Amino acid sequence: MLLRNGIKSAVFALMAMMSAGALAEELLVAAASDLSFVLPEINKAFEAKHPDVSVKVSLGSSGNFYAQIQNGAPYQVFMSADEKYPRDLIASGNALADSYNVYGTGRIALWTMKPAVNLSQGLSGLMDARVTRIAIANPAHAPYGRAAEAAIKKQGVWEALQPKLVFGENISQTAQFVQTGNVDVGVVAMSLVLSPKMRGIGRWAEISSALYPALVQAAVVTRAAENSAIAREFVKFLDTAEARDLLQKYGFRDTK
Amino acid sequence: MTWLGLPAPLWQALILSIELATVTTVVLMVVGIPLAHWLNTTRFFGRSFLEVIISLPIVLPPTVIGFYLLVTFAPQTPLGQLWQVVFGHGLTFSFAGLVVGSVLYSFPFAVQPYQAALRSVPKELVEAAAAMGATSWQVTRHLRLRWARAGIFAGSGLAFAHTMGEFGVVLMLGGNLEGKTRVSSIALYDLTQALEFEQAYRYAAVLLVVSMLILIMVSLLQKHMEIRQPTM
Repeated sequence: MLLRNGIKSAVFALMAMMSAGALAEELLVAAASDLSFVLPEINKAFEAKHPDVSVKVSLGSSGNFYAQIQNGAPYQVFMSADEKYPRDLIASGNALADSYNVYGTGRIALWTMKPAVNLSQGLSGLMDARVTRIAIANPAHAPYGRAAEAAIKKQGVWEALQPKLVFGENISQTAQFVQTGNVDVGVVAMSLVLSPKMRGIGRWAEISSALYPALVQAAVVTRAAENSAIAREFVKFLDTAEARDLLQKYGFRDTK
Repeated sequence: MTWLGLPAPLWQALILSIELATVTTVVLMVVGIPLAHWLNTTRFFGRSFLEVIISLPIVLPPTVIGFYLLVTFAPQTPLGQLWQVVFGHGLTFSFAGLVVGSVLYSFPFAVQPYQAALRSVPKELVEAAAAMGATSWQVTRHLRLRWARAGIFAGSGLAFAHTMGEFGVVLMLGGNLEGKTRVSSIALYDLTQALEFEQAYRYAAVLLVVSMLILIMVSLLQKHMEIRQPTM
């Protein structure tokens, strides 16, 4: 009898949990991979304010998400690593103009696991013959890759460094090439080297923001979420002191 | 230098895919045929387990193969250093590295047909040949390989086609180097990522036609061989 009651209450508890899960509104967020560490914290803070919402994040390259949303992907919020993709989505009617929100400016840094690599000279120091492989994100479609390319060119060392370059699919893969030691040094997002997971691993040095066009990053609500109040709430939440503190902690420069 | 509206680097990527598939297939034949024969004829403890390992890439996500290679052959690891000594450069971001990844990735697609083909050689013929004094090399060369050649060809064709379509392993290991590791599947991915849909459509169509031609060629040649197959 006792056992049966136990089972009964367990079943009830399970059903209650399941129905609570079913009631929770899902919010699908497509986010650039430089947000992979800060976003879970932002989501936690957001969900604490909206207990009935469960934020589901897909991480990837901004260009990829742009193309997918253009073609009807069900994401409700798009957090790009630049401002152009969100603007283009608005222009084509696939995102809501009044939801456009700049949430921060990205910074880039040199990151290495190799004791022999000298970071004190910045990008020029990478002309050293002991540096044979340098990873950057693919400039063809990754905003951080474009920033890296611009910085190397502005520094006047493109000719010297180009033969050493390998390209990560996005900024996370670029960091992964560095962390596994497959390249000597990489140009990665500050948000990755400042994350608790990466902090203290290897050495890093920020690349002067004078060397590349500002990586202004914007979020936008997609057309798929036209009628979703919670999607708008989420994008607005990025403006709160709480979210901005988190973004700054992870190396994004505040733009407000 | 554009052809069919596609610039030279895209054609280079296609040629690189064909090169990779060719080298991979040759390696698979050299390693796979003796291995298949050995697995067919030798009974030993753990044989089934070894066969399971060989079949793994059929279900294993290619990214897993790529990830393991990336980690085990990193320059600071013993295997990575050994590779460095032998080849003079790292495994990652090199054509040789892609060959290693592709051989692992396509292994079961070659070895399983090889095994089936070699198993189909009638025992009576092998015994008769041996009884008439044929050396084991003669039996292999004139009987087994001749008898099994349609199956061997099918397995090799499958491995070639499978490697042509490889994406995950290369994405993990390649570093997207033009002329070295940017194969056609990666080049197409890049086009879509850069939103060059016009070129992406053309290039995808080219890849589609090339893949179809390869499959048609393989199947025609295989039929041709089966017709000329000796019968009992």
